[in-house]
Amino acid sequence: MAIRQTPEGPIWRKRTGLASVALWCGWLALVLLFVVAWEAMTRNQIWAFVWDAPEQAADLIDRMVPPRWSYMDQLWAPLWDTINIATLGTLMAILLAVPVAFMAARNTTPSVLFVRPVAIFIIVASRSVNALIWALLLVAILGPGLLAGIIAIALRSIGFIGKLLYEAIEEIDPRQVEAVRATGAGPAQVLDFGIVPQIMPAFAGITLFRWDINIRESTVLGLVGAGGIGLQLKASVDGLAWPQVTLIFIVILATVILSEWVSARVRAALT
Amino acid sequence: MRVGDVNGEPSIVEDASRFAAVIYPSHWRRPPLIADVRLRWAISLGVVLYLVVGIGAVEVNWGRLSEGWERGLRFLGGFAQPDFVSRWDDIREGLLESLTMTLTATVVGVMISIPVGIGAARNIATSPVYLACRALIALSRSLQEIIVAILFVAMVGFGPLAGFLTLAFATIGFLAKLLAEDIEDIDAAQVEAIRATGAGWWQVLDYGIRSQVTPRLIGLSLYRLDINFRESAVIGIVGAGGVGATLNTALDRYEYDSAAAILILIIAIVLVTEYVSGWVRARVQ
Repeated sequence: MAIRQTPEGPIWRKRTGLASVALWCGWLALVLLFVVAWEAMTRNQIWAFVWDAPEQAADLIDRMVPPRWSYMDQLWAPLWDTINIATLGTLMAILLAVPVAFMAARNTTPSVLFVRPVAIFIIVASRSVNALIWALLLVAILGPGLLAGIIAIALRSIGFIGKLLYEAIEEIDPRQVEAVRATGAGPAQVLDFGIVPQIMPAFAGITLFRWDINIRESTVLGLVGAGGIGLQLKASVDGLAWPQVTLIFIVILATVILSEWVSARVRAALT
Repeated sequence: MRVGDVNGEPSIVEDASRFAAVIYPSHWRRPPLIADVRLRWAISLGVVLYLVVGIGAVEVNWGRLSEGWERGLRFLGGFAQPDFVSRWDDIREGLLESLTMTLTATVVGVMISIPVGIGAARNIATSPVYLACRALIALSRSLQEIIVAILFVAMVGFGPLAGFLTLAFATIGFLAKLLAEDIEDIDAAQVEAIRATGAGWWQVLDYGIRSQVTPRLIGLSLYRLDINFRESAVIGIVGAGGVGATLNTALDRYEYDSAAAILILIIAIVLVTEYVSGWVRARVQ
């Protein structure tokens, strides 16, 4: 806050002179950075391809409609695969993420100094790599197929489920744990009766939410060979069969919206 | 906590003298997650059935898997000894593309998101503008980045420009939606106060609304910068430039040590951007 004196009287200003100069320099730096980045990015760009983009787009749309509805017969099986990848991947992620979450939460970890950092590292590493990149790696290692997709989804979900779950564990009411312990319960019983009931609703919500995201992600895993409807998408794009691509987009969109609706309904029913 | 039998109520037993005596159960039972017994059993049965069918549908080629095991070990070995040097030119090129793409797409995306977000806020936009902006947001949010990337690559050709367009488009859906929700949640009293001074529409927007949403807008933009970098590492797979293409090539050539180097760099950059953006967000908000 600053008041500037002018011949007409004092004027209120939000910032002092120095602060506004600093802010201006900050914006200038951002603009410069943007220009430099833009130059670097478009150095090798062939602009002729860009200028005829509207024509290309019109041409593309022209080739994409109408969708080839008869192709649907070949899509049911990959669609089922896609749902399997998402669901089994989520289940696998739960099995792996729950112990990680308990090891990462400050109040349940066996050792804050040694075990917790490892668990946190697993969560961070899993979160910072996209499912498609996991799939890329796994296809190179395991070969193409559903299994690579399931493991890719599971590896990516560990971070998500683990992070949200360990935050939920850290936020539990310690009095209930204390009360269970006061009855003479052992560590396993404290976990079972004191902690698990408190995080169960959060856990159900988190996994359903992740399942819904996983359906979305598993639709494109096939692009790198990890099974599901993405395989058909890749084949159609590579074969320039645009009417099939349109149909696949419609199917993906419908699946995503449906799974979002299901997960929102079930989560609403749980809470 | 529920005490009692299946119905959860103490059973009432009438004795001969017609005095009602209440018998309380002596055992405590854990309340179930799903209250309805039939629903609970139906769901359990459904889950078991699905598991049988679903796992049965996964064909596992054990021969290929044991072969893969050895490759997996080689890949882990690559992590132990990542090779930054032999493909360094490609890696640097890819990372530079990813970073420039991320920055330009975030800046342009934010610039477009602001008017769209204002238009999608119910409390300040007129009905047709509101519907148009919401439709744009819904479109952007329901299409995944990689699918948008396929379309843009088909339109403008291979390279980072397609990636830039993809990320900018995805940014709009994310940022405009959150900005619109933020504007809808602002304190109306402040807007009222500015309007009472005789301010016009633009002045209300500047002094009444902008000042309330700016901190969160900056935070969200930085968060999106984060997300855009992660995505930029992926969309290269379909030809939209960035380090994803380099990674894809390295894996196609079975150069696991180079691939490990790229992954390590991606994780490191993600961690740095996440840390920096978290620090700035904590200071701004």
